[in-house]
Amino acid sequence: MDVVLLSRIQFAVAAGFHFIFPPLTFGITLVILVLETLYLKSDEEIYKTISSFLIKILGLIFALGVATGIVLEFSFGTNWSQYSRLVGDIFGAPLAAEGILAFFLESVFLGVLLFGRNRVSRKVYWLSAFLVFFGAHLSGFWIIIANSWMQTPAGYVMEGGRAVLTDFYAAVFNPSTVIRYLHTMLAGWITGSLFLAGIAAWYLLNKRHEAISKIIMKISLIIYIFSALAQFASGHSSSVQVTKTQPEKMAAFEALWNTMEGAPLSLFGIPVESEQKTYLEVSVPKLLSLLAYFDPDAKVLGLNEFKPDERPPVLLPYLSYHVMIALGALFALLAAVGALMLVRGTAYTARWFLIALIAAIPLPHLANEFGWIAAEVGRQPWAVYRVLKTADAVSVVVPAWQVLFSLIMFSLIYVLLFIIFIVILLKIVKKGPGTGEAY
Amino acid sequence: METLAFLQTSWYVIIGILLAGYAILDGFDLGAGALLPFLARDDEEKLSVFNSIWPFWDGNEVWLVTGGAALFAAFPHAYATVFSGFYLALMLVLFALIFRAVAMEFWYYDEKRRALWSGAFIAGSLLPSLLFGVALGNVIIGVPLAASMDFTGNFFTLLRPYPLAIGLLGFSAILMQGVTFIAMKTDGAVQKRARVLFGKVWTIFIAALALSFAVTVVYMPESLTGPYVWVAAVVVITAWLLCRRFASAGKTGLSFAMSSLSFAGLWGIVGATHFPNLVKASGDAALSITMYNASSGEKTLTVMLWIALIGMPIVILYTTFVYRIFRGKVITAK
Ligand code: HDD
Ligand code: HEM
Ligand code: HEM
Repeated sequence: MDVVLLSRIQFAVAAGFHFIFPPLTFGITLVILVLETLYLKSDEEIYKTISSFLIKILGLIFALGVATGIVLEFSFGTNWSQYSRLVGDIFGAPLAAEGILAFFLESVFLGVLLFGRNRVSRKVYWLSAFLVFFGAHLSGFWIIIANSWMQTPAGYVMEGGRAVLTDFYAAVFNPSTVIRYLHTMLAGWITGSLFLAGIAAWYLLNKRHEAISKIIMKISLIIYIFSALAQFASGHSSSVQVTKTQPEKMAAFEALWNTMEGAPLSLFGIPVESEQKTYLEVSVPKLLSLLAYFDPDAKVLGLNEFKPDERPPVLLPYLSYHVMIALGALFALLAAVGALMLVRGTAYTARWFLIALIAAIPLPHLANEFGWIAAEVGRQPWAVYRVLKTADAVSVVVPAWQVLFSLIMFSLIYVLLFIIFIVILLKIVKKGPGTGEAY
Repeated sequence: METLAFLQTSWYVIIGILLAGYAILDGFDLGAGALLPFLARDDEEKLSVFNSIWPFWDGNEVWLVTGGAALFAAFPHAYATVFSGFYLALMLVLFALIFRAVAMEFWYYDEKRRALWSGAFIAGSLLPSLLFGVALGNVIIGVPLAASMDFTGNFFTLLRPYPLAIGLLGFSAILMQGVTFIAMKTDGAVQKRARVLFGKVWTIFIAALALSFAVTVVYMPESLTGPYVWVAAVVVITAWLLCRRFASAGKTGLSFAMSSLSFAGLWGIVGATHFPNLVKASGDAALSITMYNASSGEKTLTVMLWIALIGMPIVILYTTFVYRIFRGKVITAK
């Protein structure tokens, strides 16, 4: 097998596994911040009990996020050394800024959250909760900048084959940074809040920790309802953004083989690249044009506009994109139902609703992974859109067998870590809140 | 000095500080991990070792993450050459760091497999402690490089006498960090063992230093001519002597401080011999990767310098604050 393909698979495995944990961190640090604020204001022990319980879970998730994040940080040098040479001038900067401005903050104050409850004043403890929340969201911001720059590069010129920074602000706020950040953070809040609501639902079903569970459920559901509804808007803006700045990616998302005025929105289908055809397609006429340009007759570019060797694959982006949206629709439905149940006061007792919440725990993870697959595979064959091809980004000195070896090792290690992670998570949840102190 | 050279020098120094900070800070938890089997016999004792490093290790590791990222941003060619050239060695380090990051947590909760997880923690601490020094030794003595700046050796190129000696020296410095830290943070049986171990580690350190000196005389005598190397060497040895004095007097905090100072002195020696090189080429010196031919453009270096100059003092401030929160002996019972 060739080095490029192996390196791509390895990066996808490493990033995909890493991204199980950060979204949970985003959501959970938000809930912890809410709880600590309530505790600071009301002085009611119950908030402290819940928060300490969630901090234990956060500690576990965080350890896995760290373990898998370092791999990614190094992989640009180990597996994508040509990439690092050619665009390091711009791409390295957000990673360094992330370390200096965010990772330190996050991990130093996580130490206080985990071990310092009895050693600091309540205000300092609250501040630590805030800084962990803030640091996590700031680190997400810098990494999203790095990724967005690859999707929609800006603020640079090419000199002797290398990208050189000319405008830092333009590179940071490149066309897709802000919307990608919003979309990813909302995804994180959906993931984290549904995770906690699911845990609360499990306790309620088993009639354990009822007072505590009701509080977790209420806070999580409110965050969830807001995020799941807002995600529709941010997802829509993402699509508009992609249509404008990466038209061939949108053509792949929608399997739009030929440029059309009044392009339809594809709901279902099986695109076959070799035949440039979509089988069993169900679509809504003119809706793509309407959504993307607010004009039912607007022209949308199809794949035929692009050179064959500069077109992204179609099948995988098409399917991933559509599954993500289907899940988004499901989340919105669940949010609407949840809102109704909260208002009526049946959210804590209706069996079917509680079971649905537990069953929904893995779904945001699926949406996250499919979202990234759509965004990244849809960017191919470019590593940096229209600047550097993925095939030219790979390390030239690393032989294929070494990448194969590391890929096998990472896969085995990650499977092991994931199993133990789940075992321990279930153990912590079964034991439940109440010991007061983390660790 | 013209602007670009000034920026390049600043970044050379900042990255040196980040890596030295990593070595000194993560050094104590790596060292404690590597010595775990000698420090702690039962679960309760292991827990007291873990508790003494638990609040800090992740913040310490961020020095490495940030050092790596700063190298990427400021000297992308050096980052690309080293990371792709030393691929297999770095993969071993990564596997070790992955296990290390989860091992304490897993050990605490997964009671059935405690032997596995404490083993993973020990191995995960040992391997990087040894390999970092070897990697550093290689970039100092020089590795085969092509005109494209790519590494042309193989895994065994890395295992030459000079890098191995530097590897041993780095390892013993890390062990010294580990024992002096544990002696400071614990009491009872664990502390007693740390104090006994200290005597041995202290001797190993000076033996490793002598060995490194010997291989330097053989392989790169020219590096011993400048004055700064000798100033740094005096710091290393003075701090090493004081470290023992304070340890014998029971002043564990000061002995840890002296161990750290000694380690900082080692980094001073590295800086004095290596500047302005990043990765030396063995053979044709013109192929060496230096801060001049490997750096990013002026704009990147300037923006990032601002971020570092504002960010790092704040980091150091709150890190100190949090270390103070956790000062004193650990409470063994969780
Ligand atoms: C900072 C940059 C960055 C960020 C934040 C991400 N990626 Fe990415 N991704 C890359 C930078 C990158 C890359 C290194 O540049 C790759 C490797 C080859 C390529 O073209 O892009 C890539 C490839 C890549 C591929 C393979 C695409 C292909 O080669 O066909 C997948 C499936 C993902 N990534 C998935 C993810 C996931 C799940 C992420 C969530 C954390 C993620 N990416 C974040
Ligand atoms: C290629 C891309 C990525 C790299 C190089 C990377 C790098 C890292 C590293 C080195 C860590 C550990 C930091 C520590 O030691 O404390 C980490 C953790 C983290 N990363 Fe990533 N990361 C990537 C993708 C992402 C993405 C896309 C997000 C979210 C939008 C994200 C969010 C986080 C967060 C919040 C943490 C803290 C630990 C946790 O919450 O699990 N990362 N990452
Ligand atoms: C509701 C309808 C949704 C729409 C229309 C939508 C749209 C999009 C689009 C167009 C992209 C690609 C952006 C790019 O390549 O630049 C994307 C990416 C992504 N989506 Fe969605 N999305 C929706 C729902 C969701 C949901 C519910 C989640 C997770 C809970 C999610 C998570 C992600 C993630 C993690 C990415 C990758 C990061 C990014 O590129 O923004 N999406 N989405």
